[in-house]
Amino acid sequence: MGIKWDKFFITGDPLILGSQIAILLTMIGIVALVTYLKKWKWLWREWFTTVDHKRIGIMYILMGVLMFFRGGVDGLLMKAQTATADGKLLDAQHYNEVFTTHGVIMILFMAMPLLIGIMNVIIPLQIGARDVAFPQLNALSFWLTFSGAMLFNISFVIGGSPDAGWTAYFPLAGKEFTPGIGNNFYAVAIQIAGIGTLMTGINFIVTVLKMRVKGMTLMKMPMFTWTSFITSIIIVASFPILTVALALMTFDRIFGTHFFTLGGGGLDMMWVNLFWLWGHPEVYIVVLPAFGMFSEVISTFSRKMLFGYKSMVFSIVGIAFLSMLVWVHHFFTMGAGPAVNSIFSITTMMIAIPTGVKIFNWLFTMRKGRIQFTTAMLWALAFVPCFIIGGTTGVMLAMGAADYQYHNSLFLVAHFHYVLIPGVVFAVFAGLYYWWPKMFGHMLNEKLGKLHFWFFVIGFNMTFLPMFFLGLDGAVRRSYTYSAETGFGPLMLVSAIGAGILAIGFGFLCYNIYWSARYADRNISSDPWDARTLEWATASPAPFYNFAKLPEVKSLDAFWYMKKNNDGLELRENEIKEIHMPSNSGLPIIMAIVFGIAGFFLIFEWKIAALVAALGIIAGLIVRSFDYNDGFHVPVDEIKATEKAWRKVDKEVKDHVS
Amino acid sequence: MSANLNTALPLEYQTEQNRMNILGFWIFLGAEIILFATLFATYSVLSTRFAGGPTQNDLFEIKGVMTETILLLTSSFTCGLAIYEMHRGNKKGLLTWMIITLLLGAGFVGLEINEFITYVHEGATMQTSAFLSSFFVLLGTHGLHVSMGIGWAVMVMIQIVKRGLTPVTARKAFIIGLYWHFLDVVWIFIFTFVYLKGMVS
Repeated sequence: MGIKWDKFFITGDPLILGSQIAILLTMIGIVALVTYLKKWKWLWREWFTTVDHKRIGIMYILMGVLMFFRGGVDGLLMKAQTATADGKLLDAQHYNEVFTTHGVIMILFMAMPLLIGIMNVIIPLQIGARDVAFPQLNALSFWLTFSGAMLFNISFVIGGSPDAGWTAYFPLAGKEFTPGIGNNFYAVAIQIAGIGTLMTGINFIVTVLKMRVKGMTLMKMPMFTWTSFITSIIIVASFPILTVALALMTFDRIFGTHFFTLGGGGLDMMWVNLFWLWGHPEVYIVVLPAFGMFSEVISTFSRKMLFGYKSMVFSIVGIAFLSMLVWVHHFFTMGAGPAVNSIFSITTMMIAIPTGVKIFNWLFTMRKGRIQFTTAMLWALAFVPCFIIGGTTGVMLAMGAADYQYHNSLFLVAHFHYVLIPGVVFAVFAGLYYWWPKMFGHMLNEKLGKLHFWFFVIGFNMTFLPMFFLGLDGAVRRSYTYSAETGFGPLMLVSAIGAGILAIGFGFLCYNIYWSARYADRNISSDPWDARTLEWATASPAPFYNFAKLPEVKSLDAFWYMKKNNDGLELRENEIKEIHMPSNSGLPIIMAIVFGIAGFFLIFEWKIAALVAALGIIAGLIVRSFDYNDGFHVPVDEIKATEKAWRKVDKEVKDHVS
Repeated sequence: MSANLNTALPLEYQTEQNRMNILGFWIFLGAEIILFATLFATYSVLSTRFAGGPTQNDLFEIKGVMTETILLLTSSFTCGLAIYEMHRGNKKGLLTWMIITLLLGAGFVGLEINEFITYVHEGATMQTSAFLSSFFVLLGTHGLHVSMGIGWAVMVMIQIVKRGLTPVTARKAFIIGLYWHFLDVVWIFIFTFVYLKGMVS
C-alpha cells in the first residue's frame, strides 16, 4: 500500500525535468513579484475572497485561458510527434500521457471554465440581478474547479500523468493494467472539479428561476440566459453520474473493489456506459451556452431580433432531452446487437433536427440584416460552415453499421474537433471579444482580433480537415507512430503545420489581451456595440452592485427597446436606494485548499491522512453553518458617486462600432 | 436579497433568500436522486455477479433489516412531527421530536454498521465480488448520508437553541427535514430492491 518515495517526483526525462525547473522558477517568480509589489493583501481582499459573480467569472476565464495553453502544448506535442513517420520526439508512454491530459484539460479545465466564466459574468447582468442566488457557493464552485485543475496538472511532475485516455476505459484504467498512481489523479482531481460544477448548475437554475427582473418572463429571457439555464439543468442531471462513476473507479483502484475489473465479477463495459451517460450530455453542456453566445452576437451584429426565438427555445430543450438518450453511440462496437444500435443511431440522428433548426435560425437572423464584420461576428460566421462539417460527419458516425469502419480512427477525432472547436472555442472567442468591454471597460483590439481570427480558423481547418481523410485511409487515433509505408506522412505533415498556425492564432489572442490591457482606449461607451440585452444597460465595467435601479422588462431585447423608446434609461436621484450585497468570505478558498490536500493524499493512497484532511472539509461546513453574516448595505452616496462617474462619460462617448 | 419579510407565509418561506435556498435544496435533491439512481443501476447490473462468493440468500437476515427499516421509517414520522411543531411556533416540541428523530437515526446507523461487521466476519467484504462491491457502496453511501444528516441536524439544533425560531433557523430545520425524508425514500428502495428482492431470488 502507499506509494514509493523514489517514485514521488518524475525523474529521468529531460522534457519533464525542464518543466519541473520551469514550474519552480515561475512559482518563485510569481510569489516574489506579488511580494515585491505588496499585492498580497489586495489579492486576498479583492479576488481570493470575492463573492462577486463578475470577478469569479473573470477568474474562471483566466483559468480557462491558462489551461488552453497547457492543453494546447499537449496538442502541439502530439502533432510534432506525428508530423513525420516514425517520429522520435515522444515515446509511447509519454504520448499516452499527453493525449490523456490534452483531452481532460481541454474539456473539463478549458471549455467548462471559459463557458461557466462567461455565464458567471453575464447571466446576472442579463436578467437584471445583483448577483447569483448563492454567491458564496459560487465562489466555492470556482475554487473547487481550480483546486481540481491544479491537482490534475501537478500529476505531470509529481507522481505521473494519467495515461489511459480521457475516457479512461477499463480494464486498461484499472490497477491491474495501470498500476501507477497516474490514474488516481484522474479519478480524484476530476471528482473535486465536478463537485464544483454540480453546485454551479444548482446555483444558476435557482438564479434564473428566481432572480429575473420585473417583467422578464421565461419567454422574454435573452437566448444566452436560456441556453445557460438549460445547460445548468443538464449539469444537475448528468454530473451525479460522473460523481458515481469516478467514485467507483476510486474504489476499484484504491480499495480493491470489483466494479469494472476483469476478475471478481466486475464488468468493464459498465464504466463505459456510466462514463458516456455523463459524457454525452457533457458535450451539450459545453455546446449549448456557446450556441447562446452565437445567438447574441449574430443578433447584435445583424441589427435584427433573433429569428425564430420560440423555435430556438424548443430546440435547446429538445437537444437537452435527446442528449440523455444517445450515449451508446460512443461504443456501437461494444456488441449490444443491431436492435440497440439502431435505436441509438436514430436518437443520435434526431439531434441533427433541432440543431439544424438553430443553424437556419441564425442564417435567417442574418438575412437582410445590416451585418457588421466585427471580430466577434467573424467567429460566428466562421462557426456556421465549420460546425456543419462537424455535424454532417457526426451523422455519418451515427450510423451504427458504418461506425464499425470509422470507429477509433482519426475520422472520429476530426469529427469531434470540428464540433467542439467551432461549437465551443469559436463561441468563447466571440463571447470574449463581445463582452470584454463589459468585463474590463476597454475593448480588445479589432486588428489583432482579426489576425487572431484568420490564423486560428485557417490553422484549425488545416489541422483537422486532413484528419478526415487520414481516418478514412485507416489511420487510428492514439497511435504514437506510424511507418512511412502507410503513406500518411504528407497529410500528417500538413496537419502538423496547421496546428502551428492555429497556435500562432492563439498567440495573437494572448498578445491582444496584453496590448489592450495596456493601451486600449478607456473612454468608451457603456454600450459600445449598440447591443440589445440588459447587460449593456449598466456601466462598463459593471459596478459591483450591477444596477443602481433595477430595469423593467417589457419585451424581448429589452435594452434595445429601452433605447428606441428612451424609456427607463435615466436615473433620478430619488430613485436611488440602499443596496444590500453579500460580504466577502475566505471560507471557499480555504475549503478548496483542504479539498485539494485531502485529494492529494487520497491520490497517493495515504488513506489515514486523507481521512484526517477530510475532517477539515467537515470543519469548514460547520463554520459555514454557524456563519450568520448577512452582508452589508451600500450607502446611497456611494451609489450616486459611482453612477455619476459613468453616466457623464456616456454623453461624450466615441462610437466604436465602425 | 434584502430582508423583506412576508409574514403571511410559513416562517421558513418568509424571505426571498429563504425561498431560494429551499428551491436550491430541492434541486440538490434532484441531483441526489440521479446519484442514487446510478448506484441502484450499478447494483442491479452487478447483483448476480458473485464470483464464487456469498449470495444475497447466504447473507441477508430479515430480522435486523426489518428493525433498521422500522427505526428509519419511524424517524421520518417524528421528523414530520418536529416540523409540524415548528410551524406551530413550539421550539421545545421541535427540539424534542428532532432529538427523538436523531436517536432513531443513530440506532439505524448502529444496526447497519453491525450488519456490515457481521458480513465482513462471514468473509463477505467489498473486495469479494462485484455484487458485494456494489452492495456495500450503495448502502454505505446511504448510511454515510444518514450519518452526515445526524451531524448536520445537531448543528442546526444548536443554532435553534442559541437563536430561537427565526426565519433563518426555521429554514435550516425545514431543509434538514426535507433531507431526512429523502433518505427515508431511498431506504424504501434499498429495502425493496436490495433486501426483499435478494431474499426471494
